[in-house]
Amino acid sequence: MSQDNAIETEGLTKRFGDLVAVDNVDLTARTGSVLGVLGPNGAGKTTIVRMLATLSQPTAGTASVGGHDIVHDAARVRSLIGLTGQFAGVDELLTGEENLLFIGRLLGVPRRAARERARELLAQFDLSDAGDKAAKAYSGGMRRRLDLAASLVGRPKILFLDEPTTGLDPRARGELWDLVRTLVADGTTVLLTTQYLEEADQLADDIVVIDRGKVIATGTPNQLKSKIGGQTLRIQPEDPAQLETVSGLVAARFPELDPLVEAGAITIGVNDDGVMPSLAADLRERGITLTDFHLGLSSLDEVFLTLTGHRAETDDETDPTETEPEVSQ
Amino acid sequence: MTAATIDIDIETTGRPNPVDTVRQTLSMAWRQMVRIKHNPFELVDLSLSPIMFLLLFVYVFGGQMAGSTSDYLQYVLGGLIAQNAIFLTMYTGTGINADLRKGVYDRFRSLPIARSAPLAGKIFADMFKQVWSIVIMLGLGLLMGFELRSVAGAVLAAVVLVFFALAISWVSVLMGVVADSEEKVQIYAFVIIMPLTFTSSAFVDINTMPGFMQAWAKVNPVTHLADVMRGLLSNGPIASPLMWTAVWAAAILVVTAPVAMAAYKRKMV
Repeated sequence: MSQDNAIETEGLTKRFGDLVAVDNVDLTARTGSVLGVLGPNGAGKTTIVRMLATLSQPTAGTASVGGHDIVHDAARVRSLIGLTGQFAGVDELLTGEENLLFIGRLLGVPRRAARERARELLAQFDLSDAGDKAAKAYSGGMRRRLDLAASLVGRPKILFLDEPTTGLDPRARGELWDLVRTLVADGTTVLLTTQYLEEADQLADDIVVIDRGKVIATGTPNQLKSKIGGQTLRIQPEDPAQLETVSGLVAARFPELDPLVEAGAITIGVNDDGVMPSLAADLRERGITLTDFHLGLSSLDEVFLTLTGHRAETDDETDPTETEPEVSQ
Repeated sequence: MTAATIDIDIETTGRPNPVDTVRQTLSMAWRQMVRIKHNPFELVDLSLSPIMFLLLFVYVFGGQMAGSTSDYLQYVLGGLIAQNAIFLTMYTGTGINADLRKGVYDRFRSLPIARSAPLAGKIFADMFKQVWSIVIMLGLGLLMGFELRSVAGAVLAAVVLVFFALAISWVSVLMGVVADSEEKVQIYAFVIIMPLTFTSSAFVDINTMPGFMQAWAKVNPVTHLADVMRGLLSNGPIASPLMWTAVWAAAILVVTAPVAMAAYKRKMV
């Protein structure tokens, strides 16, 4: 195992009965970098994090964190990592400061130093004013910040953030991103799972795209964008009733493209410069008026669509295997 | 990050040693005590049922049971304290069951601490509730006219009770770990504890029971515990019931603790 890599997995696999939640995953996080693990709900992201953070053991494959094997050297791994899960790991009845003090005491930090560390973290996470309030009175964003602070009490060298901003409003999300950037600037290696493509784009140095337990793409955000030719054509007819006509037209002329009809517009991933002019001619011929017709660089969202054939952001449905992998252990 | 003013280095080379385990257990117990500090109603909540039981048993059944309520109070207080202690252990199981589902246990699992610390801390802190309950019941009993044998007897009774509760908490832990909801833990506990405590000497003289019931009541651990409480607080033999209570506690501990611990470790991984 290379010292340059804080996290390395080889053929990492987790089965729950017949369900293969994580299927032969190879991934690498360079020391001091942010690895984004991107995928929809139920893709197996949380299961990967749980194995790497020594909460559950792989069915097959190996992984090392900070150079230590996650199964045979779990105690050493635990002394290096911090974990912020999808569900806040703070005690709601305790105040913010007590929560941090408690973790410090658990880690064997002397009382006075633990209290100082707690206050330091509260200040850093803009929670000083709420430090003596019970965590249950915190807003969603404050709770996540406290949770992140709790995972940092022991100054972990490697931090796992499992969907740290799911359910947060854009402002709280932006604040959390800034905090993560500060940590990374300080040398912490971060493995971040997310179903938000923008989040991976914003924070990650490298991205691993996961779908149904398998790695379907790896690379830097820019590499992933260029992987599929990188261009997206968006067509929006003035009259939504004409959407079908337009998509029929696209399908007839370019049967190899797979147009996505969504929110009153049609999106097509294109590589060929000739597509746009020829479609423009067709549409004018039919007398279809457009409110939007432009070619842009693909966002990660479109990359995901191209790679998997389905959209990434499915906010409402939660796969039970993703959140609570306690089935038939 | 701001300048690191506090030096913390928790990088360990291996498993936590026994001293660390004890310290972590105490930290876990501290968390439980702080929870009570922030939610004192929990103590009121767990005082209500013993207060009600004591008042109802003495003033409703007392006259018929022993001829006078004061005589029955003298008999039943020890039994009620024993019964309540056993009921209280149920909260250890329900608490662990609830905690295991929450993110906070995931955090514990990711920390370099002994796997047993969260569990041991919870059991340890729950002993505070045991002491609290015996104080409440004894206090109310004294107000109702209970004649305490001696203060030393009361202290000893609390010690015996805590040791017995420590042992049988493991039954509750086992139920808490394997049950898939808090409600199920409560149902299991109710179905076991209710008949167990009633088929004992806690409330009545077992000589009034039919033969088959007497045979069971004579070996029932609750009988021995109730008799010890009665002996230490009021009057009656102490040595023999104390010995049997200890034997039962040891037997329950030896059988259930390893099973519960194994089930718990499977959950903790």
